[in-house]
Amino acid sequence: MARITLDRLKHAYMREPRAEADWALKQLDLEWEDGGAYALLGPSGCGKTTLLNIISGLLVPSHGRVLFDGKDVSALPPEQRQIAQVFQFPVVYDTMTVYDNLAFPLRNRGVDEATVDKRVREVAAMNDLTAMLDKRARGLTADGKQKISLGRGLVRTDVNAILFDEPLTVIDPHLKFQLRSKLKELHQRVATTMIYVTHDQTEALTFADKVVVMNTGEVMQVGTPEELFDQPRHTFVGHFIGSPGMNVLPCEIAGGSAVVAGCKVATANKAPDASGQTEVGVRPEFVSFASKGIPARVGKVSDAGRFFIVEADCDAGRVRMLLGEGQQVPAGSVHLAFDPKATRIYVDGWLAGREAGA
Amino acid sequence: MALELKEVSKKVGAQTHIHPISLTLEPGSFNTLLGTTLAGKTTLMQLMAGLEQPTTGEVWFNGRNVTGVAVQKRNVSMVYQQFINYPNMSVYENIASPLRVARLAEGEIKLRVGRMAELMKISAMLDRRPSELSGGQQQRCAMARALVKDSDLILLDEPLANLDFKLREELRDELPKLFAGRDCVVVYATTEPTEALLLGGFAAALHEGRIADFGPTVSIYRRPSSLTSAKVFSEPPINTARVSVRGGKASLEDTVSWSAPKGLADGTYVVGIRPYHVSPVRQSKTDAVINGIVKVAELSGSESIIHFTAFGDDWVSLSHGVHPFDAGVPASLYADMSRCFYFDTAGRLAGGGEAGKAG
Repeated sequence: MARITLDRLKHAYMREPRAEADWALKQLDLEWEDGGAYALLGPSGCGKTTLLNIISGLLVPSHGRVLFDGKDVSALPPEQRQIAQVFQFPVVYDTMTVYDNLAFPLRNRGVDEATVDKRVREVAAMNDLTAMLDKRARGLTADGKQKISLGRGLVRTDVNAILFDEPLTVIDPHLKFQLRSKLKELHQRVATTMIYVTHDQTEALTFADKVVVMNTGEVMQVGTPEELFDQPRHTFVGHFIGSPGMNVLPCEIAGGSAVVAGCKVATANKAPDASGQTEVGVRPEFVSFASKGIPARVGKVSDAGRFFIVEADCDAGRVRMLLGEGQQVPAGSVHLAFDPKATRIYVDGWLAGREAGA
Repeated sequence: MALELKEVSKKVGAQTHIHPISLTLEPGSFNTLLGTTLAGKTTLMQLMAGLEQPTTGEVWFNGRNVTGVAVQKRNVSMVYQQFINYPNMSVYENIASPLRVARLAEGEIKLRVGRMAELMKISAMLDRRPSELSGGQQQRCAMARALVKDSDLILLDEPLANLDFKLREELRDELPKLFAGRDCVVVYATTEPTEALLLGGFAAALHEGRIADFGPTVSIYRRPSSLTSAKVFSEPPINTARVSVRGGKASLEDTVSWSAPKGLADGTYVVGIRPYHVSPVRQSKTDAVINGIVKVAELSGSESIIHFTAFGDDWVSLSHGVHPFDAGVPASLYADMSRCFYFDTAGRLAGGGEAGKAG
């Protein structure tokens, strides 16, 4: 197990990067604690797989260093890094039994059979595979096979970290739900450093202690799930996390305060010097109907079962709001109020100024 | 003029993939087929399209028996989970291809392709090859091609499954708008209950080759006719427990009791209660207290999903806010039993159900 440090890391696939867009990965400095659960979250093409490949050793970074427990491993090949990987598609040997699949990484390293047996049985118990140890892997379902991949990652005691690359993408939702909580449970039990790459916010937020949100090769924010939800540092984070994402509305600034559609809106932060594109961000959870406020018209109401998504159009654009079961939606013309504690000003996408305590 | 399945079944060798199904889908309707992998969604769609022939039963379209009529003669469009485009044609030609087959005039083709590209937000990409587009744009191109001609039947087999979470959210929002005002029958297969709900329209809950429920999506969700339907239509999974009802009172293993719905006969039932009606915080004095042992708590920053065991079963609670719990500790959770369903010993809904009204 290891602490992982990314030191002034950058990567370009081309020889002489000049423009911003030439970088697949813009500079990042990160420190991952030994035994932590981390996620890299972002849309396709954001650079998360590039970063994962740099950590595993499949790719040598063009600039900067990767350190495991302070030791520079940037140029080491994957097999010398003691890393286990779980991929989107389960990698198992179909003709081998579940037992032999789990034993494979240990036997490969010349571990004695008594230790192999002990570890295989421990890991099988953790992954609910005990009953099928003697079965061939061929007949198993996708989630069963993915549990074996997972088990193979956990079976070695000498790994520095386990990397997961979209491990639940091909799994059905109800099984995904089980496997996801299983993974969380396993992490709490074995305390190996785990890094999980995904485009799915729910997977990232429920698994990780800290999430790295990426877009176009750039780290937008590193934070706990709570921080990312409560205080997005960039409108991209606000939009990408949450379903539906944060409402982002153009605003004017008057005396440091925001004015949306002609109405003054109280916010958690101030924008004393607002040059650039100014916007207000508020999550659908923190918009409510009020007797006064921003005039709007109620449009589509979608029933999502446990909540309703209401669309209301105001002069600044469309506002989405979430209402719980049993709440009433007025028809036609309404006024909207934003919770000041959860409403923020953004300048050119980034959170303006500083908040008290932030 | 509708699509009708009359006692349609499908056997392959000794295996029954689809048990006899009778179903009528109205013109202009949006229908989702909801079920897990292997529930029979794709097979059912292939039977509807004519790509597969039923073992028994008939398929009727527009009041005409089309069983055995080739798919090419049925005016059907399909979109698959894997985006399929012609790699050597431009996006424009990809979208235009079904119109060229139908020998439409060049002016009409240009008009329709332009309008469809605009709806799908790929107008700027018309000159490119599919391989130069992102995954989401490739799927939009495939969808545009399926929608550009006036098909009588449009089948979408998990079309958003391979897309990024956020892109899926966006396209799901746009999709029903594309069909508004058309009188074709749309069938959309998905494994996700929330997706079915947000798409609206009608839903068929499919389980092991049988239709467990069919009707307006929201009604089925709020009043599933069977335990099977409730299970298909709950994500996270619905909590279930065996209870006995005596004299208007329901009790769970003699340790927890609450008022049963009026008029529910004495007897044994399985109750189903959705995870968001089980909370780590007491909401009301009438909540049933469920004492369990926490397996793991997943905290997403705005919601908490608590997995626990109680009465020898796995339970799940889904609540707003951040409620941390250590694994292995005893915990009390509060279930709003006024929201639960009661299923009889045959698994049919006997009482209960949700209100949940907005708008």
